[in-house]
Amino acid sequence: MSESTLRLVWVYPDLLSTYGDRGNLLILARRAQQRGLPVEIVEVRSDRPLPATADIYLIGGGEDGPQALAAQRLIADGGMHRAVNQGAAVLAVCAGYQLLGTSFYAKGARCHGLNMIDISSDRGPSRAVGELAGEIDPRLGLPPLSGFENHGGRTHLGPGVSPLARVTTGIGNDGQTEGAWHGKIVGTYSHGPALSRNPAIADLLLRWATGHDRLPALDDTWSDRLRGERMAAVARPA
Amino acid sequence: MPLRAKVASSVSRTAAALSRAAGRGDGSVIGGWIGLKIDPDLLAHLSSGRAIALVSGTNGKTTTTRLTAAAMQVLGPVATNSFGANMPTGHTSALAKAGATPYAVLEVDEHYLAQVIDATEPRVVALLNLSRDQLDRAKEVAMMAQLWRTALAAHPDVLVVANADDPMVVWAAEGSTHITWFSAGQRWHDDSWVCPECGSPIERRDAQWWCTGCPLRRPQPQWTVEDDGVVDPTGAWHLVKLQLPGTVNIGNAATALAVAAQFGVRPLEAVPRLATVSSVAGRYAQVDRDGRNIRLLLAKNPASWLEAFDMAEEAPTLLSINARDPDGLDTSWLFDVDFAPLRGRQVFITGDRAYDLAVRLEVNDVPFRHVSTFEEAVRAAPPGRLEVIANYTAFQDIRAELDRVN
Repeated sequence: MSESTLRLVWVYPDLLSTYGDRGNLLILARRAQQRGLPVEIVEVRSDRPLPATADIYLIGGGEDGPQALAAQRLIADGGMHRAVNQGAAVLAVCAGYQLLGTSFYAKGARCHGLNMIDISSDRGPSRAVGELAGEIDPRLGLPPLSGFENHGGRTHLGPGVSPLARVTTGIGNDGQTEGAWHGKIVGTYSHGPALSRNPAIADLLLRWATGHDRLPALDDTWSDRLRGERMAAVARPA
Repeated sequence: MPLRAKVASSVSRTAAALSRAAGRGDGSVIGGWIGLKIDPDLLAHLSSGRAIALVSGTNGKTTTTRLTAAAMQVLGPVATNSFGANMPTGHTSALAKAGATPYAVLEVDEHYLAQVIDATEPRVVALLNLSRDQLDRAKEVAMMAQLWRTALAAHPDVLVVANADDPMVVWAAEGSTHITWFSAGQRWHDDSWVCPECGSPIERRDAQWWCTGCPLRRPQPQWTVEDDGVVDPTGAWHLVKLQLPGTVNIGNAATALAVAAQFGVRPLEAVPRLATVSSVAGRYAQVDRDGRNIRLLLAKNPASWLEAFDMAEEAPTLLSINARDPDGLDTSWLFDVDFAPLRGRQVFITGDRAYDLAVRLEVNDVPFRHVSTFEEAVRAAPPGRLEVIANYTAFQDIRAELDRVN
């Protein structure tokens, strides 16, 4: 952590905030504050420079046009790149996940990504819409992923990244794997928003950001019930 | 009307009556569906000879349609799809059922606007607003604005009545030849930070908004809301007394008056008619049960939740959320809504997806109690007003428990 305050940056809410992505920011902030960590939230619109020193960057989903625009501006800005090189963590969802890679498709054209992780995305044969679930990479030591996906892309992982999860329900990257992680970067197609259904991922980001191996447990009654209900829903044959 | 259309229209009315008699529904869709099977041009045939207004947008279209129809009744009988059946089958049913009327006011699902303009050749099209709604299946906002823009460009004779406060609506309408702008306010800004024309950021200050990269900006509205009334294009202010709650509905009234004025209805004559509308397909309906005065408010998407909070009183409140097909299966929009206005009220939650709501309210610092049924909430609430805010199928479930109150 930079000083004693955890600094959260919400990247371009004017362009990338379509599926309740603000929720990820609110949940991270709350879980930090409940552990007594002071939090500073920085919302950065796309016409402003990104701070190059912060602890966690959040980047959300969006429509094709805003996604392409966001990628151009993030490449020109360079702030998130510098921050990650200095050890910042990133949670990227859907369009935001795609644009961290080498390239993605928007409005029928291939666009340059930020080249921060070894993934590339193109169009799939159909839109992936519905519940998404999977077993998270055991090295991360987290319970199963639960979410809702809504995207037309398919994402291909290079050797430089690991899948976040092995898909048990839904499509994710390609029907086999979902999301990706590398260093302190996590990308996922899961909305819900992702952290409302997966508070353990929020705590993973907080552990990365603070350097603490363990964080005090919180009362997760309602998110446990939500997870239980959603897991039961996907386990039932439709 | 050609013979085929006459037969189709008659069969359509019969089917609707049968559906109602069989208790299968209100007949507002099935009749039109059968009629259109017999004569695919039936909607066009039923429309010809009528002066028609179409009302479309993400939110407020059922209420605004009802208010507009009430205002237009100054001129004579008005056909309208008052059950919110807002696709071509519903329009066909409504027109067939109404028989020959000189006027019609039709609520149109925003995805069908182009098709219904083609079929009905309306005199007036009213565009209310565009915001995110059921993203798991609906078109994204910018795509919808583009569809509207293309549809209106193909019909330059249409008189467009459009919301000056919504940049997406203004962009969709601005190419039209005849435009009347109204200002009904816009609480929800999160779908219009980026200019649909050039992609530059949109700036806002008070009621004004403008694109920082191109000439798109808020046009000067001719109809505006001021206090509890509406200012018309001559500058005259009309007190608007409604049975419907909230300043949102004063805005809907302004829209209705602007639309009716395109047909020659003067606001002075129309305003008293607006006060006759008490509830709209169960929305705003009040039911007394066990000493509780239960009021129903429908909220389907983030923008309409903000409006519901504006309408609701400071009273115990039940929130009910489902995610069935008509609602959209994705509940992530709950995090686009700030529930903070409910702090300090007694809040109950229920519905198929109450747990999604529970997680949301916890993060929002809004204390709540989960109840498994509507009845349990009624029992748990103290005597007096109980505000019920629910999304579409949750609303219909509760309406059914209250004997399909209208």
